Amino acid sequence: MAKPDKPNMPVLKLHIPEPAVRPGDEADFSNIVVPDVDQIARPDEATKPEDLRELAFGLVRVLDDDGKATGSWNPGLTPDQLREMLRHMMMLRAFDDRMFRAQRQGKTSFYMKSTGEEATSVATTMALSRDDMCFPSYRQQGILVTRGYPLVEMMNQIYSNRGDHLLGRQLPIMYSAPDYGFFSISGNLTTQYPQAVGWAMASASKGDSRIAAVWCGEGSTAEGDFHSAMTFAAVYNAPVIMQVVNNQWAISSFSGFAGGERTTFAARAVGYGVAGLRVDGNDPLAVYAAMRWAADRARTNNGPTLIEYFTYRAEGHSTSDDPEAYRAAEEYAKWPMGDPVERLKAHLIGLGEWDDERHIAQAEELLAQVKAEQKKAEEKGVLGHGLHQPFETMFTDVFEDLPWHLKEQSEQMVTEQRSKFGPDWEPK
Amino acid sequence: MMADTQTKEATKNMNMIEAINSALDIMLERDQSTVILGEDVGYFGGVFRATAGLQEKHGKTRVFDTPISECGIIGVGVGMSAYGLRPVPEIQFADYIYPGLDQLVSEAARIRYRSAGDYICPMTVRSPFGGGIFGGQTHSQSPESMFTHICGIKTVIPSTPYDAKGLLIASIEDNDPVVFFEPKRIYNGPFSGYYDRPVEPWSKHDGSDVPEEYYRIDLGKANVVREGEALTILAYGTMVHVAKAVVAEVGIDAEIIDLRTLLPLDIDTIEESVKKTGRCMVIHEATRTSGFGAEIAALVQERCFYHLEAPVERVTGFDTPYPHSLEWAYFPGPIRIGMALKKIMEQ
Ligand SMILES: Cc1ncc(C[n+]2csc(CCOP(=O)(O)OP(=O)(O)O)c2C)c(N)n1
Repeated sequence: MAKPDKPNMPVLKLHIPEPAVRPGDEADFSNIVVPDVDQIARPDEATKPEDLRELAFGLVRVLDDDGKATGSWNPGLTPDQLREMLRHMMMLRAFDDRMFRAQRQGKTSFYMKSTGEEATSVATTMALSRDDMCFPSYRQQGILVTRGYPLVEMMNQIYSNRGDHLLGRQLPIMYSAPDYGFFSISGNLTTQYPQAVGWAMASASKGDSRIAAVWCGEGSTAEGDFHSAMTFAAVYNAPVIMQVVNNQWAISSFSGFAGGERTTFAARAVGYGVAGLRVDGNDPLAVYAAMRWAADRARTNNGPTLIEYFTYRAEGHSTSDDPEAYRAAEEYAKWPMGDPVERLKAHLIGLGEWDDERHIAQAEELLAQVKAEQKKAEEKGVLGHGLHQPFETMFTDVFEDLPWHLKEQSEQMVTEQRSKFGPDWEPK
Repeated sequence: MMADTQTKEATKNMNMIEAINSALDIMLERDQSTVILGEDVGYFGGVFRATAGLQEKHGKTRVFDTPISECGIIGVGVGMSAYGLRPVPEIQFADYIYPGLDQLVSEAARIRYRSAGDYICPMTVRSPFGGGIFGGQTHSQSPESMFTHICGIKTVIPSTPYDAKGLLIASIEDNDPVVFFEPKRIYNGPFSGYYDRPVEPWSKHDGSDVPEEYYRIDLGKANVVREGEALTILAYGTMVHVAKAVVAEVGIDAEIIDLRTLLPLDIDTIEESVKKTGRCMVIHEATRTSGFGAEIAALVQERCFYHLEAPVERVTGFDTPYPHSLEWAYFPGPIRIGMALKKIMEQ
């Protein structure tokens, strides 16, 4: 400790954030304030950012504590639309469970679930147009599920098998699906943020009508790329929706390490002069409504929006993680915003448009569908069992064409495999 | 004085993570200016557990979690250095060092030079690197040659728990910035290159006998891990173990040198060995073009040209991103090394 040479001056102290509870403690969310529905009414989409500031500190909600949809943000979806939303979220959950299990069975190297956060990828995607462009992080597989991307294609990628259209190159879940408006996922956090802004700038410069949407976790907002994106989006009034899925945890670091002790993540928007909304991320209707508001805003040249979805990462960060080592058990059970699937289900039942029997039957039907797709995928191989992509694909796509040094290295690889498997080995 | 069981000779069996943890623990204890920062390094103790228990023991202001910003982590490291601290940031994977590159290249590396020594940056950036764990292209890279190309950064890579501890202590004590790359494939045990054989634990390897106390291995000193006459093999990190396994299998009398520090390089040990054997092979997992092997090849031909009986041979990863499913076809394993051995010895 340095001796203060000015004894009459206060001693400076370094603040290190610390979550309220740790393993062994009782989960406690008493500090979380859940305001009433419509505490802040839905403003017009053309409202200027400086007149929207309150929304960055509020919480957009539609479903009240009794599961009724009320207030000015209520998007007024039809029962069919609500059932479709529920179905996608349940499908996503079934898919996550099966793929997590497949990793545990040694069929692949890695998996990441989105349990508890389903609304932030399903309801958002439903509020976009089918041809809007999505720049996801690794936890928005719900976009693909919602847009009807074949599950078997996702599984092929997860297994890095012979059917994987990414040729076994990428870590599981790092999908790419241009026909579904889904950008190639990077392992490096937040790189997609300025990229989405660039896509939106391009769309605007070409007089297109399509907008871009981008997602990242609250932890990732600390990366410089996030702030570059915000600046560019504001400067060029880009038609982009920037979304922060605040699921409270970034691996073992609670949101305080991204600045969450000081202000909301939606409030990042204020300093950039961008519209900011803070939304109950486990209320699928609020998530839908917020995205719809931001999309309409972007589409009518009223500029970018930053949306924070306040939610909770119900499970581990990935298959490589054990959350019991750093957070209180049972947190999810006590999460004040509940579970998005359960809340939408309750809402539909309240409307008389759904019931427990149908819910159970649908869960079974979806599981059966996932299992059937999984069987198809596994016929094309699982990781480490021979049915991988042809060896020469290791060298293609580094460039459009193969320079001499990669040709030589490709030949070297063939020679190596022949020395292992015999002179008749063919690179197929 | 009574005999102390904790004499300087007391050793303990450690894997590489435990040895790194021990080095950090000792430096936090010995030098109050040492601080550890990085993503998930505090309460949790790091995703590879390298800092486990250190926050609890040394306090939250000495070992702490950071926002996910590599630029911020390295940038505050430069500022802490300017104050007089000795920061030891962890970058969770070497693949994620790039967002921090400007602070490392333009700032940390040049601060001594541009201020004529007014300011220095005694920072050691630790980071797990290398493949062999099915981590795909963003958890497998070996970017070491990028750092040796920057003037003003030292680059250190251990290959055993013993070396990891001694080199890390020397790195932290060094008054210049050091990038300390830890070969994560061998955190828990050395690797023969045969991915389909059972993993051997460190406990069976000499290098896991680690003194519990403070010791240093000076930077810039290579280690001759096997003496021989037939050729000189230069390697570092994981590839030292693969080279040893192949040499044993082929039964060739190779001299194997673990470089340990890429910069400053122990050129004397290399020169002496190559002049003795007349043949030189360098092995690294990193991509080939502009890799560290190219630097070695240039140095060896500059200094040992008239002693060489064959061109310097490079055995490396291919010039592609690290693939996921074809990881083992990519990795410069026993087959690639064996073929190169044959080639260099036939010349
Ligand atoms: C540039 C970079 N730094 C570090 C990592 C390692 N890493 C992967 S995920 C993660 C936590 C991200 O947390 P958050 O943004 O909150 O998203 P969540 O996982 O909660 O969805 C970290 C640190 C990385 N992938 N890329």
